[in-house]
Amino acid sequence: MEKFENVSGVAAPMPLINIDTDMIIPKQFLKTIKRSGLGVNLFDEMRYDDDGNEIESFVLNKPAYRNAEIIVAGDNFGCGSSREHAPWALKDFGIKVVVSTSFADIFYSNCFKNGILPIKLAPEQVAVLMEDAERGENARISVDLAAQTISATDGTEFHFELDAFKKHCLLNGLDDIGLTMQKVDAIDKFEAEYSARTPWV
Amino acid sequence: MSAQTLYDKIWDAHVAHEAEDGTCLLYIDRHLVHEVTSPQAFEGLRTAGRPVRAPEKTIAVPDHNVPTTEDRVNGIENEESRIQVEALDKNARDFGIHYYPVDDVRQGVVHIVGPEQGWTLPGMTVVCGDSHTATHGAFGSIAHGIGTSEVEHVLATQTLIQKKSLNMKVEITGKLMPGVTAKDITMTVIGETGTAGGTGYVIEYCGEAIRDLSMEGRMTVCNMAIEGGARAGLIAPDQTTYDYVKGRPHAPKGTDWDAALAYWKTLFTDDDAHFDKVITLKGEDIAPAVTWGTSPEDVLPITGTVPYPSDFEGGKVVAAQRALDYMGLTAGQKLTDIKIDTVFIGSCTNGRIEDFRAVAEIVKGKKIKDGMRAMIVPGSGLVRAQAEEEGLADIFKAAGFEWRMAGCSMCLAMNPDQLQPGERCAATSNRNFEGRQGRGGRTHLVSPAMAAAAAITGHLTDVREFG
Repeated sequence: MEKFENVSGVAAPMPLINIDTDMIIPKQFLKTIKRSGLGVNLFDEMRYDDDGNEIESFVLNKPAYRNAEIIVAGDNFGCGSSREHAPWALKDFGIKVVVSTSFADIFYSNCFKNGILPIKLAPEQVAVLMEDAERGENARISVDLAAQTISATDGTEFHFELDAFKKHCLLNGLDDIGLTMQKVDAIDKFEAEYSARTPWV
Repeated sequence: MSAQTLYDKIWDAHVAHEAEDGTCLLYIDRHLVHEVTSPQAFEGLRTAGRPVRAPEKTIAVPDHNVPTTEDRVNGIENEESRIQVEALDKNARDFGIHYYPVDDVRQGVVHIVGPEQGWTLPGMTVVCGDSHTATHGAFGSIAHGIGTSEVEHVLATQTLIQKKSLNMKVEITGKLMPGVTAKDITMTVIGETGTAGGTGYVIEYCGEAIRDLSMEGRMTVCNMAIEGGARAGLIAPDQTTYDYVKGRPHAPKGTDWDAALAYWKTLFTDDDAHFDKVITLKGEDIAPAVTWGTSPEDVLPITGTVPYPSDFEGGKVVAAQRALDYMGLTAGQKLTDIKIDTVFIGSCTNGRIEDFRAVAEIVKGKKIKDGMRAMIVPGSGLVRAQAEEEGLADIFKAAGFEWRMAGCSMCLAMNPDQLQPGERCAATSNRNFEGRQGRGGRTHLVSPAMAAAAAITGHLTDVREFG
């Protein structure tokens, strides 16, 4: 996995609550056997009409947000299916950070496996960034992962909480499997004891 | 040792390694695999030259993409779907994992096949690249969905990097009233908690109304834990569980059975164990439930009326208006006045034999409404065979239902079974998201009995008044 680099960019405002993974990447795009190339179908049913033409009013179709690197979203972003195609599509589009008051557990976990930083903030803090994001290219939101801060254009800065291990992996671009393989002795030992204890498993 | 919850006990039994910050390597007993979320994981193993660490604990079955018409024996027409299923065929063969291919009578929805074959047992950790893995919690196991990177991690290491969730108790006291089912329990709970109410928690369902449920009903309840935001839901095993498990192909036998049973009997929440959140509902207060909107939390009793956006607060006001527009509903209209043109009965939520018996009871000797498209899709080939043996399939066909082959079907419409824009469906599945059953399709989630009644009358119907 690539290291997470600090971001300073345009943020797309998506104040709708409960944006689910079916909205982020509809099921017809789950038939791929690859991880790449899903960005063009990110938010497909909100972004394109029945004939495949862009819907002008959708935020990521507006000129100001076509290169957005951040999404500021309503509550409970990423609820629903476990499909990792959701963070794959976000990443492929160029989204590096998603800000919300809350994220669904599986989506939250999936983000970190793909170098995307989901940032949880209090409702009033999300509101400040949402307002900033509404200003399009006139606004620039900045994220410093090491310092665990996110700043609005006017310099208003918020600290965000983050699990230390997840932060470490993002900062250093560490691959989970590689890390776990270093503990294979512990797994072997556990497995032997456990099999003796529960032979029916 | 201090008092523990059921979740605490199973968790502790599976920690293979714990770092100072509480990050654990949780050992995984059963890894279920389907065709949609696994190809990239197997490809990752190939690239890194890694084997599957425990192929004997890994079980694969294609379900999301497979057509449910009998002509599927001739192959899958859609090229992408076919490639995905063929990739699973190859991966299962190359990596030596258990496999139930499309033409095997045991094939079906992964969450129905696992328990049916006795792979899912009490006290286990069960994962799958599918959020409805929560279903397996019905056996008193920690079971939850994972992403594809985690699928690869489990294939390679048989562990998952996890931090422990919080404990939440959902107690349903007393008895259910006639016409009220497990589906109505689980939907009503989500109506109470909201779709984010369970985020960060593992739910233990308990209380008399839960104890009284069959294993099929318990699976329905746990299946939708994820719609309330909880990764996992679980129910302590008891005689009902043991009776269901005993004799299944992969259930323990002989002295192993005795040892397993002795262990399973220790799997309950101790008195005085701490829960971080508690919700209690009276079974008697639960009515047949239906969703009106595009989130599983948009639940009302069938006796209700479509709400006004102004009934809500915060971001839900806009979301409710959007849902009404999408669903083509008018605030204030009676739910029982909503006309239905499609009925879908099946899925990992309600595709088991008990669900079909409930449907047969409603539709026996009746005909579906003129112009209605109604399909019943068994959760597995074995459910299909049993329903045929019990005469249920004949009842369905006589009533005008399409009787299908096993698969996920119209629950997520990755296969040919889809809604057209504007079509309105009473569905026994688990998600009513925008476009879930097909672009522009409108979904009302209900129990099997409620779906059956709607198929006959052509509108959402209170099954208690159906005769």
